[in-house]
Amino acid sequence: MSTSLTAHGGALAFEPGYADHAADALRNLRGATEAVDFELEHHPDSAAIARLGFWIYLMSDCLLFAGLFATYSVLHARTAGGPAPHGLFELPYVLAETTFLLVSSFTCGLAMLAMGRRSRGATLGWLAVTFVLGLTFVAMELHEFAQMIAQGAGPDRSAFLSSFFTLVATHGLHVTCGLLWMAVMMVLVVKKGFTPATESRLSCLSLFWHFLDIIWVGVFSLVYLFGVS
Amino acid sequence: MSVANEVIVGHAPHGAAHARARGAHGGHGTRRSYVIGLLLAIALTIAPFGLVMSHSSAGTPLIIAVFALAQIGVHIVYFLHVDRSEEQRWNLTALLFTAIVVCIILGGSIWIMHNLYSNMMPGSMG
Repeated sequence: MSTSLTAHGGALAFEPGYADHAADALRNLRGATEAVDFELEHHPDSAAIARLGFWIYLMSDCLLFAGLFATYSVLHARTAGGPAPHGLFELPYVLAETTFLLVSSFTCGLAMLAMGRRSRGATLGWLAVTFVLGLTFVAMELHEFAQMIAQGAGPDRSAFLSSFFTLVATHGLHVTCGLLWMAVMMVLVVKKGFTPATESRLSCLSLFWHFLDIIWVGVFSLVYLFGVS
Repeated sequence: MSVANEVIVGHAPHGAAHARARGAHGGHGTRRSYVIGLLLAIALTIAPFGLVMSHSSAGTPLIIAVFALAQIGVHIVYFLHVDRSEEQRWNLTALLFTAIVVCIILGGSIWIMHNLYSNMMPGSMG
């Protein structure tokens, strides 16, 4: 069984036309996005299917974060004689970060409502507000990291700090990717308006953004509040 | 490109009606649901922060956990609009399955590592 599978895999990889097909596929990438537009226009169900597929990605991302939360829970007391959560975290600063992300989740929802009304200006406006709030969150987080590293509380100091930086920076990286995606979507809305494809993508983006806010609720509760209490 | 655009422009009124119908069925909720969600989330954020910052009594970890779970619930209902309707059934199923797996990963890791630590660390023997 396993030998026949290997042989089949080998045949697939070395089939002469295979590389040409791949190159054709790349050349036709532009055509492919049009095909997606067409597909979404003529099969209303495929928007719902895309949404469900993206939802399943979010659930798997949730498991990734569960692993990081578990790691942090296990290692949070292993400070190796270095800084402990109590003297390190500034709760008012974290509360401000939390507020920016929470309000950005709300404005992202308002952008989706504006999309439902087909109001391009309002959608772009609320997306821009969401983008600025998200950017402020990321900037505050980077500032906090820089301050901690300057104090000698970098990720290499102890198991507690390694797990802290891995968990919080993974969330920050997700938010940064969300910001890039949001910028691309704003350009797409300006250039193409509301096509079924842009609507489907914006609706996935809003799911992603709300999901990241939920992860942040876990972060500020488990890391900052538990740490300081 | 141009053909695709013509098709879309040609169907725009139908598309708009369809989008409105989806909106009404809770795809993106209503302004009211977002406002309620925001107010509840702000309350559920400020309460545990206030509790910890005022250095109040024992039992705080449990209270923080209750507030966190409540806020996650609020976000799921009012921002992600997951409900028990027909079209959300698979989303809800996947969410519940994920919740179970998250509990196993978190609870299992903490339980195992706690036992490992208390049984294996030098100095804690006997």
